Amino acid sequence: MTDVSNAVPVPLTTRKDWSSDQEVRWCPGCGDYSILAAVQMLMPDLGVRRENTVFLSGIGCAARFPYYMSTYGMHSIHGRAPAIATGLATTRPDLDVWVVTGDGDALSIGGNHLIHALRRNVNITILMFNNQIYGLTKGQYSPTSEMAKVTKSTPFGSLEQPFNPLSVALGAEATFVARTHDMDRKHMMETFRRAHEHKGASFVEIYQNCNVFNDGAFEGITGKDHRADMLISLVHGEPIRFGSESQFGVVMQRDGSVEVAEVAAVGEDALLIHDERKDNPGLAFQLSRLSRGPYEPTPIGVFRDVERPEYGQQMAEQIDTATERRGQGDFAALLRSGSSWNVE
Amino acid sequence: MSDTTTNPKNHQLIDRVVIRFAGDSGDGMQLAGDRFTTSSALLGNDLATFPDFPAEIRAPAGTLAGVSAFQVHISDHTISTPGDAPNVLVAMNPAALRANLASLPQGATIIVNTDAFDERSLTKAGYEADPLSDDSLTAFTVYEVPMTSITTQSSKDLGVKPRDAERSKNFFALGLISWLYTRPVEPTLAWIAEKYAGKELVLESNLRAFKAGYNFGETAELFESNYEVKPAVLEPGEYTNITGNTATAWGLIAASIQSGLPLFLGTYPITPASDILHELSKHKQFGVRTFQAEDEISGIGAALGAAFGGALGVTTTSGPGVDLKSEMMGLAVSLELPLLIIDVQRGGPSTGLPTKTEQADLLHAMYGRHGESPLPIIAAGTPSQCFDATIEAARIAIKYRTPVILLTDGYLANGTEPWKLPAIEDLPSIDPAFATGPNHTEDDGTESFWPFLRDETTLARPWAPPGLAGLEHRIGGLEKADGSGNVSYDGANHERMTRLRAAKIAGIASDIPPTDVDHEDGAEVLVIGWGSTYGAIAAGVQRTRARGHKVDQVHLTHLNPFPADLGDVLKRYRRVLVPEVNLGQLSRLLRAEFLVDAVSLTQVSGIPFRAAAMEQAILSLIDELAAEADGEGSR
Repeated sequence: MTDVSNAVPVPLTTRKDWSSDQEVRWCPGCGDYSILAAVQMLMPDLGVRRENTVFLSGIGCAARFPYYMSTYGMHSIHGRAPAIATGLATTRPDLDVWVVTGDGDALSIGGNHLIHALRRNVNITILMFNNQIYGLTKGQYSPTSEMAKVTKSTPFGSLEQPFNPLSVALGAEATFVARTHDMDRKHMMETFRRAHEHKGASFVEIYQNCNVFNDGAFEGITGKDHRADMLISLVHGEPIRFGSESQFGVVMQRDGSVEVAEVAAVGEDALLIHDERKDNPGLAFQLSRLSRGPYEPTPIGVFRDVERPEYGQQMAEQIDTATERRGQGDFAALLRSGSSWNVE
Repeated sequence: MSDTTTNPKNHQLIDRVVIRFAGDSGDGMQLAGDRFTTSSALLGNDLATFPDFPAEIRAPAGTLAGVSAFQVHISDHTISTPGDAPNVLVAMNPAALRANLASLPQGATIIVNTDAFDERSLTKAGYEADPLSDDSLTAFTVYEVPMTSITTQSSKDLGVKPRDAERSKNFFALGLISWLYTRPVEPTLAWIAEKYAGKELVLESNLRAFKAGYNFGETAELFESNYEVKPAVLEPGEYTNITGNTATAWGLIAASIQSGLPLFLGTYPITPASDILHELSKHKQFGVRTFQAEDEISGIGAALGAAFGGALGVTTTSGPGVDLKSEMMGLAVSLELPLLIIDVQRGGPSTGLPTKTEQADLLHAMYGRHGESPLPIIAAGTPSQCFDATIEAARIAIKYRTPVILLTDGYLANGTEPWKLPAIEDLPSIDPAFATGPNHTEDDGTESFWPFLRDETTLARPWAPPGLAGLEHRIGGLEKADGSGNVSYDGANHERMTRLRAAKIAGIASDIPPTDVDHEDGAEVLVIGWGSTYGAIAAGVQRTRARGHKVDQVHLTHLNPFPADLGDVLKRYRRVLVPEVNLGQLSRLLRAEFLVDAVSLTQVSGIPFRAAAMEQAILSLIDELAAEADGEGSR
């Protein structure tokens, strides 16, 4: 299927080539629009083919995403997209498989599939839209909603400790973990590009505003006026520093925890140097927990990007090894692999 | 070891025998039974086996719950069941004796391991007195053999610890029974040598135990005679002995070869289906991908993802796993993608009886999804038929772009029978017929691809795995517009799509063979079954015919849709008997579909039907008809 198309160069495309003819039906003002735009604008730069690109999703507002891409796509069932993607990516290593999911889809009903796809390092790129609310079912709290959140299903406040999606991904042995937000197209595109480049499972959390049921959830950190002091941009190999005057930085305490400090007080040399490639996910985990919520300085960018054999490739290698050792499968020989006898 | 021809004892020819090896879960009864079966197969007997073991890996030793048994029926003529009742019971401990005594007919032979009949073991088995020393076994021929001590003795000079030496006692039992039924010795010795190669002490202990058992039979002044079951007259050809699960796994590989589609199994371990995963995972040189998923849902999800990518997607499961897969089956119905769901049924509800057989998932297979979501159902009747049924399920799935449920069960999965190896060139070829280009012209004249534009004859939609430019399309679980496949909430469209999906599945009836009736002129009673009851029904029908009565038999492979002529066939009979290992599921379907007054015969005791029960049920219907005729005559 791919031999022919790979022989010719990848055609030049524009955003329009990656947009389907379907009317986009998210609520006006939804953060999903800017994420869709970022993806559609990024695709022509990736050097990939539409016919070799697949977007898979589960259920939720975000899950309508595949209908709006002019690639192959499947809008499946709630929480199961990582499972479906695992079967597709392991049998079709020639494809780029993207999973678009939300906080409820990925971390509630589909939590099990998410962590196992990450652990296995299946070659997929997971974009998790986190709006900290259930939108499609009209406003119940989600597994990332803050404690005490008052919603339709929690009139007296939510009693549940939320998941920290990046901590979950890191705990699940993810090899690529990043965060971006819907107010910064450039940052989204760069983050998605990195996620796509990574071999194996990539997990990107996107802070996304639900202007109907949880409006302004991230405004305190992603709003234009707050970004400089509230978003900490992680750059590999650089000291972790932020603030309108670069006056803040991240330092490690003697007990191993990390915290924000004023550069003037601790000195530049005390700042933590960001290292995406660290085999041990401990530091990335610490960074993932630097902020307790979107009201404190919060790191964005790539937290972790390490190499580990990709699942589908290893599966293919086992087939190759078995074929080398035993030769191509011989069905007549298989039938006779037990004891067989002749009746005259 | 002496040649049997020089044996001074009597040597009797018998036409068949049913032997049940029974012991504690850890006693190796399955292994002994299995090996005895292979020896018999190599000798050319027809045979059928029934392994029966507890769900616990090591249930409390010596208790009734821990008894593991293997029943084998060998014969010099064609047989279809593992036998209603054992002629010979090998009981390795009191629990094995007690658990199986009720199933023994009067006059049966019991060979007991007397070393295991101490007070503690007797108490554990619930015996207040030693059954070997009271009169409770007078109806049987009992041979008392100190198996454990002779086994231990035989390897004494090897320096094996007594506890380890004891473990070879199943080989002693195997040796003894091999002598008693004149099985060839050399193949088994060679098999032991191969199986335990590299573990010299274990190998030697087992060899000695086997020989000790064989020699004990020959020399001890205990057995008056030994027996021989001559080879059966089977159709000429090359045979192997096969379990249902192995036949299913091989059927999947064959379907992959015949369709040219790479095989992907997404599954989660569950009894009694796991052996299909084990078998397939060994054969990667066929391009087989096996994925042990994090749960049942992921297993079928990954299989569906693989199918979307153009692979032969398969998931295997049992009981509770089928429940979990229901939602994904619904998605597959909606997406109209080929997918195989293999349900190796077991006793339910819930965890139920994991190691015991049942065929109670038929109605679930038929109706166990929300919405109108029909899918084809195929069932295998014998262990070896699992091979053909699997290929047929794959054929239908691929041709009609639909999930298909294949029903087997625990009895078929683990039971064995001789199987005449198929000629590869006789296997059906399956054309995936992938979409190759646009299939629709838009109003503006541009060529486009409509994923739900159906084939007029089959009503199947095109299958277009990613990779071809111009065929990019999106599908999903939301209702799709007829043709274009775009999301549609239109009521009239939903009505049309619902009826189209139903018509597509119903239409498969024209693509399957008509009802195969085992017919006798003048028969007024029909026995119709499906799945693993085949053997018992066939035996019951044969017995009834042997008494001079006429009775017909139908055994269904296609359960949805039924063969197109089934309704007409059923209406030819005055009585229709439907035996099932459930509470009457096929009978309900037949009644609903064809308005026939089917008589249901049911059993859910975790074991297959007995031929005698089948015969009795058939005879009572024949008697009923005779009584009716008499009544009419006296008027």
